[in-house]
Amino acid sequence: MRGGSDSSAPADWRPTAGVDALGLRARLLSRVRGFFAERDVLEVETPALARAGASDPHIASLTTICASVGRLYLQTSPEFAMKRLLAAGSGPIYQICRAFRDGERGRLHNPEFTLLEWYRPGFDHHRLMDELDALVDRVLGPGPPARRLTYRDAFVARVGIDPFAADTRALGARARDAGLILDEPDAADRDTLLEFLFSHAVQPALGDGRVCVYDYPASQAALARVREDEPPVAERFELFVDGLEIANGYHELADAEEQRARFTADDRSRAEGGLDRMPADERLLAALSHGLPDCAGVAVGLDRLFMIAAGARSIDAVMAFPVDRA
Amino acid sequence: MASYTTNEFKSGLKLMLDNDPCAIIENEFVKPGKGQAFNRVKIRNLKTGRVIERTFKSGESVEAADVVEVSLQYLYNDGADWHFMDEATYEQYSANGDIVGDASNWLKEQDTCIVTLWNGAPIVVVPPNFVNLTVSDTDPGLRGDTASGATKPAKVETGATVKVPLFVEEGELIKIDTRTGEYVSRVKE
Repeated sequence: MRGGSDSSAPADWRPTAGVDALGLRARLLSRVRGFFAERDVLEVETPALARAGASDPHIASLTTICASVGRLYLQTSPEFAMKRLLAAGSGPIYQICRAFRDGERGRLHNPEFTLLEWYRPGFDHHRLMDELDALVDRVLGPGPPARRLTYRDAFVARVGIDPFAADTRALGARARDAGLILDEPDAADRDTLLEFLFSHAVQPALGDGRVCVYDYPASQAALARVREDEPPVAERFELFVDGLEIANGYHELADAEEQRARFTADDRSRAEGGLDRMPADERLLAALSHGLPDCAGVAVGLDRLFMIAAGARSIDAVMAFPVDRA
Repeated sequence: MASYTTNEFKSGLKLMLDNDPCAIIENEFVKPGKGQAFNRVKIRNLKTGRVIERTFKSGESVEAADVVEVSLQYLYNDGADWHFMDEATYEQYSANGDIVGDASNWLKEQDTCIVTLWNGAPIVVVPPNFVNLTVSDTDPGLRGDTASGATKPAKVETGATVKVPLFVEEGELIKIDTRTGEYVSRVKE
């Protein structure tokens, strides 16, 4: 029986990943699990559907309707649920799961993708960077450990201005020189300009191999704790391999009041931007109030890491069916 | 006014940039795990042919360019402008020397060209890939020299000069690849 299409071309039913790539993917997944088993990090599973989604205005959640509950969000990361396990005394945990982000599709993006996320009580972000290096060794084979650069040094070396001190006009001028279309000089906020310059001027110039960039501007803390230096910095890091963003980690924010303030600020940005409002995750806030152990956590985009292991240019090469063929 | 949002971007899409019509050659979605998403595009200015890279904040909208490519017959040159006609509608279009540019070397009356129209007016004229033109002036032919590979300049009826093998004679019809401006072969009438 024919499907709905009246086109004579057969539907593109084949996987975009070859059998070899699927085999590699399976072997690498098993290596990741072996890595954590050796280190006594517990594998956990948390719900893909939740009552609250990511508050970050730059992340769009997919939703679904559950007959008995109503509207639920497909997780954009398992972070909130895993922190509730940590607060309940789980000890070190990891999860390999599907995460969902609406509107993200490209050579390095698919609306559903595979995240590895793990948390280490007692670690700060530097100790977790050490362990991340060991994990990358396990997946890609041993290599030189990540060079570590502060966000400020990485930025100054490649853009020539201090991201913390430069005024927004100077950042805007630099961004326009690098090709950003701005209707008017003030059309973008400071973080948008920093994110543009970082992704278009800093990241491509990080070079081959591994680089960890750490201590981000406090305005880009997301869920990291802020250290009150002068200027204050977020204890956040990212791993880049061959210039590609692979992982994002935090020395985790544990303060319930500060977390609530960030939810409120995010929701205000959403309202101003005309985006769907997002309720605060009250269960996460209750868990933080109960007490989150001092910990660091990191999320790794496994599809990208596997893509690098396969020597491919697009994550489609290591995914059976990207969204276009789902 | 028609417009596109960045999530409609794909290669071939025509849009306005810096007041000129442009076509997207390549579109890359760039998004940090945390933070603003961008669309980085490689884009060709359809008036100048120049390729540039620009980045849009994802979600923004951009004015569409009313650009179409049509097949038009070249009619004649009146000394200032080149005139073309749509063979289906008989509608006529004219283009000046700036727009016709190097294509003028290869425009022969009644040949069909690909003309890019922006808001209904020509901005680019592309001649057929191959044209047959009569040699109007060249040194006397060296009959039989088909092996030496040596060439000589020959002027063709449009006024352009091409390099031809020594055996080609005045009054002969030759085939030219307009993309390279090179002689291809003689043509028997």
